[in-house]
Amino acid sequence: MLEIKQLSASLEDGKVILNGVDLTVPSGEIHAIMGPNGSGKSTLSYVLSGRDGYEVTGGSATFEGKDLLDMEPEERAAAGLFLAFQYPVELPGVGNANFLRTAFNAQARARGEPELDAVKFLRAAREAMKRLAMPDDMLKRNVNVGFSGGEKKRNEVLQMAMLKPKLAILDETDSGLDIDALKIVADGVNALRGPGFSALVITHYQRLLDYIVPDRVHVLSAGRIIRSGGPELAKELEATGYAPMVADAA
Amino acid sequence: MSAALRTGTESFLARFEGLRARLPGDLVARQAAAEAFRSAGLPTVRDEAWKYTSLRPLADNDFREALTSVEGGSLPKIPAIEGPRAVFVDGRLREDLSSLPDTLHFTRFANDPSFGTLSRPDQQPVVALNTMLAEDGAVISVAEGVDAGTLVLVSLAAETEGRSVTFHPRHTIRLAEGAKLTVVELSVGRGRYLHNPVFSIEVASDATLTHIRLQNEAMEAFHLATIYATVQSRGFYDAFTLTLGGQVSRAEFHARLVGPNATVHLNAAQLLGGKQVGDVTTVVVHDAPNCASRQTVKNVLTDKARGVFQGRIEVERIAQKTDGYQMSQALLLSPDAEIDCKPELQIYADDVKCSHGATIGELDDDQLFYLRARGIPEQEARSILIRAFLDDALQSVSHEGAHALLEQAIDGWWQRQSASAA
Repeated sequence: MLEIKQLSASLEDGKVILNGVDLTVPSGEIHAIMGPNGSGKSTLSYVLSGRDGYEVTGGSATFEGKDLLDMEPEERAAAGLFLAFQYPVELPGVGNANFLRTAFNAQARARGEPELDAVKFLRAAREAMKRLAMPDDMLKRNVNVGFSGGEKKRNEVLQMAMLKPKLAILDETDSGLDIDALKIVADGVNALRGPGFSALVITHYQRLLDYIVPDRVHVLSAGRIIRSGGPELAKELEATGYAPMVADAA
Repeated sequence: MSAALRTGTESFLARFEGLRARLPGDLVARQAAAEAFRSAGLPTVRDEAWKYTSLRPLADNDFREALTSVEGGSLPKIPAIEGPRAVFVDGRLREDLSSLPDTLHFTRFANDPSFGTLSRPDQQPVVALNTMLAEDGAVISVAEGVDAGTLVLVSLAAETEGRSVTFHPRHTIRLAEGAKLTVVELSVGRGRYLHNPVFSIEVASDATLTHIRLQNEAMEAFHLATIYATVQSRGFYDAFTLTLGGQVSRAEFHARLVGPNATVHLNAAQLLGGKQVGDVTTVVVHDAPNCASRQTVKNVLTDKARGVFQGRIEVERIAQKTDGYQMSQALLLSPDAEIDCKPELQIYADDVKCSHGATIGELDDDQLFYLRARGIPEQEARSILIRAFLDDALQSVSHEGAHALLEQAIDGWWQRQSASAA
C-alpha cells in the first residue's frame, strides 16, 4: 500500500528533518510511529500529504505503486490518502456539512464515481456522527470554528469516516483528548479496519495504542526509523523512555 | 485641474447648454448645479474626497448623450430575479420592459421632475453633473403601514454602434411611517458609458427600506452613484452593495439618522480584477440619540485592481448612546493589488460607542492546504475561501432572490478570474 524508501526531506531553509526513512505499510495493516519531539513525525505526515514548505532531497514514496511525491495534495486525497491533522484548521464562513460534501464530491469526481446529493449525503453524515457521539449541530457550524480540542479531533475522524480513505495518517490525533474522546476516536478508526484500509498512527504516547492496537510499531529518531517491532515495542518505550533506544542507535 | 479633466468638464457643460431647453423640471436648480460644476469641475485627486479615485479615464472619453430610442437586439440580458420591475435603458424608463407593483406609487422623473432637498450639488460635483443632465428616474413612494414587497430596479446600458453614452438617472424613494420595501438595484451594460445615478431616500418612522445593489456594469464603463438617505425614529435603511463591474466606480452614501433609535447598515463587497478601481465612500451622520450604524466593507482584489473605502462617522452633540461600527477587510490575491482605506470618526457627544477596524490579508496557506488535503482542487479551494471571506457581509442580505443573485454573480466573477488566469 505505502512504500517509503530512503526518504529525505528538509525545510526550505535547508534544515534536514527526514534523513533516509524506510517504511512499508502493507494493505490492511495499522502501523504506529512513535518518537521524541523533533524526530520528524509531523514532517513525515506533511511530506506524504503534500504540504508546501518541505523539499524532498532524496528517496521515494509510492502509494499503490504510484509516485506519491509527484501528486498534488488533492490528487493524493482522491487516490485514497487521508491526513488527520494534529491541529485541525478553522474555516470561518465555511459550513461543516458543505465542506464535507464538497470534499466527498471532489474526490468522487476525480475518481469518476457518482457524486452524492445533499439529502443522501446528510443522511450518511448523521449516521457517522451518531457513532462518533457528535451532536447534529456540528454539521451546521463553521468548520472547526469554536470547536473544543476534542470536537476538532472528532471532526477529523468524521471526515475520515465519510471519505473512506485507503490509507489514513493520524498525526497525534490523541493529543488533547480525554479518555472518553480517545475511545470514541479509536472506535472510529477501528470501524474502518479491514483488508482495504491501512493507517499510520503517529503518537507520543502508548495510551492510544491500547485502543488502536497496531500491527507494527516504528521508532523515529533524528529523521530515521531506528527500531521496528510488534505492539510490545510500545510497552517497552513506555517503560524505558526513548533515551536508551536513541543512544543505542547513535 | 488637468487639461483632460477640464476638457471633460467643458464637454459636460456644453452638453447641458445643448440640452437645456429639452430637460424637464426646474431650470433654476439645473443652472445652479451647472455653475457649481463649472467652478468645481470633475473632481481630481487633489480633492480630499477623491484622493484615491482618479476620474481622468472618464474625462478622456468623447461621450454623447443617450440616444432617445434604442433599436432592439442589442440589450444585455436582465439578471434572473423574480418580481415586479422598473427597467431603464440608457437611463430612460422602458414601460414595455417593466411591470410595476400596485403596492406602491410609481412615477417617472420625466413626469415628476423634482430634485428634492437632500442632495448637495454644491458640494459634490458628481451630483451637480447629475442635477444638470438628469432626464429620467424612478420616483417611488410607499404609503403608511404598507409592506410593498420587492421592486427590482434595472439599469441597462445598451451598446449603440460603439457610441459612448452617459446617463444620469434621478431616483427618489419615500417610505411613509411603518412602510416596508425592498429595492433590488441591478446595473448591467455593454460598451463604454457613464452611469451616474443619484438617489434621494427618505425613511419615515418605523419604516424599513432594504436596498440591495448589484453593480455589474461593463468592464469599460464608469459608475458613479451617490445615495442620500435620511432615517427617522426607529426607521431602518439597510443597504448592501456588490461591486463587480466598471473600470472606475464609486458608491457614495450620505446617511443621516435624524430620529431616536434609527438604524442604518451600509455594507458592501467589491470584487475587482484587471486595472479596475472600485470606491465605497460613506458618510454617516448620527443626529439623534440611541441610533446604530453598521458598516462592513469587504474587498477582494486581484491583478492590479484597487479598492477604496472611505468611511466617516459623525456623531453630533445630541446623539448620545450612539452605537457605530465600521470594519474594512481586504483580501489581496496578487502582489500588485492595492487597498486604500480611510476611516474617520468625528464625535461631539460624550456617551457613545464607536469602533472601526481594518484588516488586509492574503489567502491563508494553512486553510488552503486543509481543503486540498481533503481532495478539493486548488482553484475550487480558493473560491471557497474567497466566498467564506465574504460570508459575514453577505449574510446581511436576507432577501432570498437577491441573495441567490449575488451568489451567482460572485461565482461568475470567480469563473471569469480563473479562466483569465488559466
